[in-house]
Amino acid sequence: MELRKDYFADVRKDGLNEIGQPRPRLDSPGHVTGKTAYFADRNFPGMLHLKMVRSPHHHARIRSIDTSEAEKHPGVVRVLTAKDVPHNVYTILILIQVGPEDETVLADGKVRWKGEAVVAVLAETERAAQEAAAKVKVDYEVLPAVFDMEEALKPGAPLVNEYHGQNYYLYDSGECRKVRFGDVEAGFAQADHILEQSYQSSPIEHAPTETTGCVVAPEGNDRFTCYTNTQAMFFTLDNASIILQMPGSKLHFVGGTVGGGFGGKVDVIVEPIAILGAKLTGRPVSFVYSREEEMQISSPRAAEKIVIKDGVMKDGRIVARKVTGYTDAGAYSRHSPYGAQKGAAHYPGPYTIPNVWIDTYCVYTNRTPSSAMRGFGVTIGDFALEVQMDKLARLIGMDPLEFRFINAYRDGDMKAHRQPTEGAALIECMQEASRAANWPVAEKYMAMSSYRKGA
Amino acid sequence: MAKVPVQFTLNGSEKAEFIESGTTLLNALRDKIGDTSPKGGCHQGTCGACSVIIDGELRLSCLTLAETCNGADIKTTAGLAEGGVLHPLQRAFLDAFATQCGFCTPGMIMAAKVLLDRTPNPSREDVVEALSGNICRCTGYEPIIQAVLVAARANSQNAA
Ligand code: FES
Ligand code: FES
Repeated sequence: MELRKDYFADVRKDGLNEIGQPRPRLDSPGHVTGKTAYFADRNFPGMLHLKMVRSPHHHARIRSIDTSEAEKHPGVVRVLTAKDVPHNVYTILILIQVGPEDETVLADGKVRWKGEAVVAVLAETERAAQEAAAKVKVDYEVLPAVFDMEEALKPGAPLVNEYHGQNYYLYDSGECRKVRFGDVEAGFAQADHILEQSYQSSPIEHAPTETTGCVVAPEGNDRFTCYTNTQAMFFTLDNASIILQMPGSKLHFVGGTVGGGFGGKVDVIVEPIAILGAKLTGRPVSFVYSREEEMQISSPRAAEKIVIKDGVMKDGRIVARKVTGYTDAGAYSRHSPYGAQKGAAHYPGPYTIPNVWIDTYCVYTNRTPSSAMRGFGVTIGDFALEVQMDKLARLIGMDPLEFRFINAYRDGDMKAHRQPTEGAALIECMQEASRAANWPVAEKYMAMSSYRKGA
Repeated sequence: MAKVPVQFTLNGSEKAEFIESGTTLLNALRDKIGDTSPKGGCHQGTCGACSVIIDGELRLSCLTLAETCNGADIKTTAGLAEGGVLHPLQRAFLDAFATQCGFCTPGMIMAAKVLLDRTPNPSREDVVEALSGNICRCTGYEPIIQAVLVAARANSQNAA
């Protein structure tokens, strides 16, 4: 790796001695000797195994639940339903005042996606828990479901989530997050060309090698130690405290060792119910997703649809950009209202455009709830934006890299969401990329700078 | 449920346990004997994280019943370092940054060990083939392949 310090030598202090030097990872010795302790490496005598009964329907009313046969199954210690959960309706981001609470720990009267947790079975062995789970009888009345975001937004679409009352997240700005900058219609009127394209992505599963799970051990004084592979320790602690109506001082979370996360382990799903199981039985509890659950049940990256309309001049300047983004939250919010909001701030891309209009919707459908994954709200947007940039360059017959130099943001430029640009390095990155990829651009672009005015 | 006795050698020491009939070797090692170095990533024979060496052969311990291992000689990554000195494969995985989350690492090292025991000077293709049953979600396979090649070179230098 080559470290180039010369670019900003005159403006930025640089005491970087470590970058570009290999340094051993602190956790690797544990990994190569098999000594690293993942949550599932904790084993306690008398530990119970938790298995979930899950909805086979995308959308259904629950008429009744009969757990009597399951309770009689040999090895079963306890069966939990919604009424056992002290604060059953929650939402993760309530901790930062992003409500309403819209998701049930265990389904209560309704299921909104195929795979939703309905009943938890605790048994002496995994096998007994699995067999007993198959004996729980749930009587469902199947309801019409909606899987497509645009269908979900149409009047008369089945209502996915009553806690919202409509199939989109209601921001304080209304039905979507909005960015308004300049006059986008005037920009289009002035443009030499207009290009409108639509981009779509499917949900993506993180597929960590270690599946989601936790092991909970009851301690003295009604305290519980939860060994977990969560990526969001304090979010999980605080949400567990709310769901269980238990002070945080009763909960001791041990974690930080994650067998692959990629954002897939930031939801608060397995810990509260496992702690509840430990509390109600007085026994240690292990709740580990099977590989099938990891792939089908854990939140994926949201599906997105992004419509971009750009006005561009023959000389390469983009003069107007209008973006409508749709994020498929699935049946519940989890982190998706935040993801959609991030998209709104991000969509102009790292380009300075004088007239911008952005609407991003967080939409509810009867699909698996989506959540965080590596740059969620931004990654798919970047795919769409950069494909759009290539198409625009082709439209006006310009080199795609030179086209990006013309539009690149530079220090001092006002961004559409009204943050002045600071510390930009896009131009310098592109200059290096041009050299590294042997993709030459005109000398005037190689002389540009992110921070030197006029250069 | 009926318990059955099993007895085998694990990393050189004798082990004997009563287990429930049908218990996988993976669960027996992890939950009964306390060797948690083999990992369970899928419990269905697709990820390779549970790989161990049984009588010199690479095996998926999640698909092996413990009761079929009576008298076997079983090796896991936990037993690889001798007297606190890392095995060349372990050293190479460290130096080549071939671990990230580390969950696949013990299985990868087992697969590589069986390769090097048989083919001390493997080609890159040999390494790729030997690791083809092991999934890594984090590292990208290149550093892992490089680590195995580096370990092979270190081995042959020691032998020379
Ligand atoms: S746990 Fe054995 S192959 Fe995945
Ligand atoms: S290092 Fe995470 S799966 Fe390989």
